[in-house]
Amino acid sequence: MRFIFKTDYAQDIRLFQHGGQVFWYGLLLVLLLAAPYLVSGYVLSQLHFICIYSIVGLGLMLLVGYTGQISLGHAAFLAVGAYTEALLQGAGVPFVISLTCAALFSAVVGVIVGLPALRLKGIYLAIATFAFNVIVEEIITRWESVTGGNSGKLLKAIELFGYRLASQESFYYLCLALTVLSCLALINLLRSPTGRAFVAIRDSEVSASCMGINLAYYKTVSFAISAALTGVGGALYAHKVGFISPEQFTLIQSIELVTIVIIGGVGSLHGAVLGAAFIIMLPQAISIAKGWLPDTLPQAGLQSVVFGLILVAFIIFEPYGLYGRWLKIRTYFDVFPFYRRGTFRRQRSYLRSERLR
Amino acid sequence: MSFFAVENLGVRFGGVVAVDGVSFSVKQGEVYTIIGPNGAGKTTIFNLIGLIYPPTSGRILFEDREVSGAPHHVAQRGIARTFQNIELFEHATVLQNLLIGRHRHRTTNLLEELLFLPKVRRAEIAQREAVERVIDLLDLAHYRDSLVAGLPYGIRKVIELGRALATEPKLVLLDEPSSGLNPDETDDMAFWIEDIQKELGITVLMVEHDMNLVSRVSDRVLALNEGRVIAEGTPGEVQSHPAVIEAYLGGGE
Amino acid sequence: MFSQFLQLFLAGVAQGCVYALVALGFVLIYKATETVNFAQGDLMMLGAFFGLTASAILGWPYWAAILFAIVVMAVVGMLIERIVIRPVLGYPTFTVVMITIGVGYILRGVVTMVPGWGTETYSLKTPFGDAVLRFGGAVLAMEQLATIALTAALCLVLYLFFRFAKLGVAMQATSQNQLAAYYMGIPVQRVNMLIWGLAAAVAAFGGILLAPVAFVHSNMGFIGLKAFPAAVVGGFGSVPGAVVGGLIIGVVEALAGFYLPEGFKDIAAYVVVLVVLLFMPSGIFGETARKKV
Repeated sequence: MRFIFKTDYAQDIRLFQHGGQVFWYGLLLVLLLAAPYLVSGYVLSQLHFICIYSIVGLGLMLLVGYTGQISLGHAAFLAVGAYTEALLQGAGVPFVISLTCAALFSAVVGVIVGLPALRLKGIYLAIATFAFNVIVEEIITRWESVTGGNSGKLLKAIELFGYRLASQESFYYLCLALTVLSCLALINLLRSPTGRAFVAIRDSEVSASCMGINLAYYKTVSFAISAALTGVGGALYAHKVGFISPEQFTLIQSIELVTIVIIGGVGSLHGAVLGAAFIIMLPQAISIAKGWLPDTLPQAGLQSVVFGLILVAFIIFEPYGLYGRWLKIRTYFDVFPFYRRGTFRRQRSYLRSERLR
Repeated sequence: MSFFAVENLGVRFGGVVAVDGVSFSVKQGEVYTIIGPNGAGKTTIFNLIGLIYPPTSGRILFEDREVSGAPHHVAQRGIARTFQNIELFEHATVLQNLLIGRHRHRTTNLLEELLFLPKVRRAEIAQREAVERVIDLLDLAHYRDSLVAGLPYGIRKVIELGRALATEPKLVLLDEPSSGLNPDETDDMAFWIEDIQKELGITVLMVEHDMNLVSRVSDRVLALNEGRVIAEGTPGEVQSHPAVIEAYLGGGE
Repeated sequence: MFSQFLQLFLAGVAQGCVYALVALGFVLIYKATETVNFAQGDLMMLGAFFGLTASAILGWPYWAAILFAIVVMAVVGMLIERIVIRPVLGYPTFTVVMITIGVGYILRGVVTMVPGWGTETYSLKTPFGDAVLRFGGAVLAMEQLATIALTAALCLVLYLFFRFAKLGVAMQATSQNQLAAYYMGIPVQRVNMLIWGLAAAVAAFGGILLAPVAFVHSNMGFIGLKAFPAAVVGGFGSVPGAVVGGLIIGVVEALAGFYLPEGFKDIAAYVVVLVVLLFMPSGIFGETARKKV
């Protein structure tokens, strides 16, 4: 068990709390940097997706896990990012600018969605974002002159400062760099007043506003940042798959994105990344497992059942998600043999209700 | 010239008149207490001052300017409050709760924070120094890094007081600071209220039921019943006022 | 001109009835457990499959098939409550929402695996036949009329149940204040379970009414996504609101499909819900909640 004796305020706000963290995160970074030389092309391609979904997951985590605002419409921001990138690239805009525009434009859309959200709570917000998702999907389908409608849009490889990032490796490094930057930006935000304001809004709006926090401003900022990150994810996603069409950005996609947050563990940045990795690896795991099952089972149905079961099981048995499970395992070894099952038990709030009694 | 004044404040919810033309003023540096039976409208007055709901009539003046806008404007003017049924940020640590109290002293903007520039680092250290003074005053060092969710009621009550103090207010509204506390904790609370008034020079407006605490710390007391003022004066005067006795013990008819 | 409008209006009402039935299920569950059941549409789908099995595969008469589907679905609903919802009661709303989304995935997947149901699409035969009713220049299929009449009948039954039956009153009490209901000796958990059963039964009823119009297949439950706006427009938590909301959505959709350019029909429900939420953040009949501090 490690005890940290704080002797200086700066210790509180350091990026890494102790030397062990520096070592492990350093090792992780080295492994990730070396990955193209260690793993096969197929695995590398999966790593692309994990990075992209991690960025989106981080964005959603900020909104859902830290600000406590529900969104069932993040696929729409993904679409905004993807289509902005596709259109600007088609117009010959350099990648750095088109990516920035994808992020900014998504953020603007995020602000627009965030505005009604200022008055809506809980399930009403979920429905509003979900309605927004459906409407965006329909706009993309119908606005054929710009989006290509159902026939979709094709994207070329990225050109960055004159280099064509056509290879798997170069695209991987781009995704990795953006993922790490997103992580750092959110860590910075969460250890500053803005991040604390988000947490305050999540835990008690009344109390937050009585502490001088402008609810409208911070909710809008949270929506904007979340949408911007999702837009960046969308732009990368568009390049990764090379072809985008409306059916990639449906409500189902939105739900899958939320699942990243839930399975990863609400309220932790680690969770967003772990959840993304899990969601990407799940279909592979299922198709491997299917080898042992009777052939008559349809793949789509099986995937749907397994996905549902995992979601339900996580919420019932591991409400803190993958990251929570990891914390428990770590604590178990840290305090061995004194770990008790109740250590992480969570409190239920039977009486706190959204409704006024 | 008054420090804090409420003029003809009134609110009705549907057909019910919860607060009916209440006026009073608080002098800088005093402890002013509102008492009254349950349902007299005490907490409602606090919520009106905090702009949590709009008043039907009347106005609130702080340092000769009207208090208006959204709840966060009230806090930015230097009025902090606590809640009757603790409203802490449950899934944050005690330190974070107090730091959120520092929000109105924020000096950095979003972009600087995203990059965590040296300026942000310096500001964060300064905020922590300020919070540490509150932690020292209220003896919270032991709980500094614990999550609020697991802490006992008495401690949370103190943390809430600390969070209000962390805002460095000019006026602090305490909504039943002793409710749910045992006699020892109530005693501590009385000390702290005296400290807040005498050492920090913060004016206190409080709602309280415990008459021992009220007489011990209050300079002046206002008694309410059914949304109306029935008496005002020193704790002794108000306690022996016939209208107050009648309100608490019931009329003789 | 007018007859055309009337025609569209009636078609919209008939479709709105189905939305209303699904929305009713949402509202019942929401009132009781403050859970928004995203699997409600999938329960409807499952109900339609059971009705279909009884009528098309086993060859039972229509009314028997309805009864069969309702009873089976009531049991399914209660099982879902017992197995997945009860353990998470008291968790944040969003957590419970996600669990019902998970249940929806499971139901959709399971249906494709059942031999005989599979991924095929079927349609259900009704005793109403192809007869039509004409009035005021509008034509109304008997099937549509039956949908409207049966929905109205169900609403009446539910109203009487909540108003007079002991269990109905207990359910109302539970939905208003669980703790107080518990202290008054109402077995809250059992009541919650029964409410889930009731909601699933209502969903099955909706599924059977929808079956002759739409095809029965595993993704049929997505119609539930249109019932959401219906429940929200009416104000989540209000039983009459669900019916009114369902009818509004149904009618607006039918009219938008005809009078507005292509594509508006599919998003009409969502535009309506956004507009309503913009002006009435808790819907038409919803109570405005204000947290006490």
